Amino acid sequence: MSNVPADLKYSSDHEWVRVEDDGSAVVGITDHAQGALGDLVFVEAPEPGSVFASGEAFGVVESVKAASDMLCPFGGEVLGVNSALDDTPELVNTDPYGDGWLIRMQPADTTELDGLMDAAAYEQFLEEA
Amino acid sequence: MPFIPHTDDDTGKMLAEIGAESVADLFDEIPDELRIKSLDRVPEAVSEMEIARLMQDRARMDSGALNFIGAGAYEHHVPAAVWEIATRGEFYTAYTPYQAEASQGTLQLIYEYQTMMSGLTGMEVSNASLYDGASALAEACLMAVRANRASKSRRILVAGALHPMYRQVADVICAAQEIEFIDLPFCSEGGHCVLQSLDKYSGEDLTAVIVQQPNFLGVLEEVDAICDWARAQKALTIAVVNPTSLALLTPPGEWGDQGADIVCGEGQPLGIPLSSGGPYFGFMTTRLALVRQMPGRLVGRTVDLDGKRGFTLTLQAREQHIRRSKATSNICTNQGLMVTAATIYMSLLGAEGLARVAGAAHRRTGELCAALCELPGVERVFNRPFFHEVVIRLDRPVAPVLAMLADHEVFGGLDLTPSHPQLGNALLLCATETKNAADIVRYRDLLAEILNRESAA
Repeated sequence: MSNVPADLKYSSDHEWVRVEDDGSAVVGITDHAQGALGDLVFVEAPEPGSVFASGEAFGVVESVKAASDMLCPFGGEVLGVNSALDDTPELVNTDPYGDGWLIRMQPADTTELDGLMDAAAYEQFLEEA
Repeated sequence: MPFIPHTDDDTGKMLAEIGAESVADLFDEIPDELRIKSLDRVPEAVSEMEIARLMQDRARMDSGALNFIGAGAYEHHVPAAVWEIATRGEFYTAYTPYQAEASQGTLQLIYEYQTMMSGLTGMEVSNASLYDGASALAEACLMAVRANRASKSRRILVAGALHPMYRQVADVICAAQEIEFIDLPFCSEGGHCVLQSLDKYSGEDLTAVIVQQPNFLGVLEEVDAICDWARAQKALTIAVVNPTSLALLTPPGEWGDQGADIVCGEGQPLGIPLSSGGPYFGFMTTRLALVRQMPGRLVGRTVDLDGKRGFTLTLQAREQHIRRSKATSNICTNQGLMVTAATIYMSLLGAEGLARVAGAAHRRTGELCAALCELPGVERVFNRPFFHEVVIRLDRPVAPVLAMLADHEVFGGLDLTPSHPQLGNALLLCATETKNAADIVRYRDLLAEILNRESAA
């Protein structure tokens, strides 16, 4: 059973979102996603300042067996990326909700965040999948 | 396991299983306007006997003549051992070995090839090869657009005289990706890219700068300054190089303050016969930081479960069988057999042998140029240093003179009139280590006779 923290929001693409006090939102991939991908060997992050629409690919996570697009759970501008992943992408495997975060974004329209799942809904989603 | 193509029955079962009516249905997402309507330039099939006859006739067309044409494909001595070893059953395949457990020898050979090419170009990593030099350049342009994410323009500057066919291939392959090429002129005296011509692009958003060394006209470019200028514009430097020349010239990895970013070129000079134009192979090397954007196969060294050294394809997640439409390339493969020959060639010659080949080719070309320029009506066009090709100008149209030389079994060079009419009656010459003093005298005397006869007539 994978770890699904109660205080985060989740997308159907297995990404988590944590809204910060300043209105920005941190995005990562879930424990379930990192488990399914296997050992990550590379994370291709976007340039800060890039703007993405909801559902658009903002980067790539590459494991020993696959390379997968990461899709924006909401539209907005990239404020920062987790540069620690350049040299230690395995942080996504060991600490997906902490040191393995991917990007920080400024949501263009906060109502898009309302469409995301809460922890209970995501756990339900995982069970049904 | 027998290798038997699918029968109609097999195909029918597979289509039924996935619920498709026909094989054509599987491709219906390709828009109509992108489809080739008919292959009307592909001739009808012929029998084995007919094709053997045709190929023999064609092979006879380029055998025996004394050849002074270079222009991208170079006649070098290929030691007999190269193809004797390359065509052994253990090596004789054009395929990339996916199964590491059954292909250690071939994989090790490719790994050695990559190591040699990285060393020769002064770069950190090499792929397992590409189709040819021209398509390697096109791939380098696509790679630069992916790798240089700070640049949004998709504009690539061509600094000086790039091989016109490379330029065409890059255009064909890159056009669909909306990549724009800007061609800078070459200097009429030096034949090189004048640094001042770069100035008007300073501060603009450029994705990459292409520089060929030696350039198409045989001239050495000021690569250090061009590479540093490109870096100052945050553009990547794409170096197109002749591998033989790198035994003597500064490798691209050492150009300027920080070196070129992507290096590519034609591998044919490394032990591949001219063979009417192919098969050849392209090479590509780059910095480790850009390896995930590099197209093509890549062999890595690792250890097996018992800790013993082994070789395997690596970083395959970039490639089309895994990344599908988002792969670094969907139009490339490697040229396994050509790479096998090149690796054996480089192993036999070593660094010292390759430097001797390069030195001899440079010397011979100088001697050839000096000998021909003794004749009235013949002059050297550019005053800059060259490697093993020079441009000369005649006092009359080039094509008829070349035709008369060819009648005497001498291929006297490449007529530049069609591609570079601004140079007048210009001719691109090449002499490699395969030409001796008597060959040069023969060419000079024959040319003197033709020019005299024509002047008198």
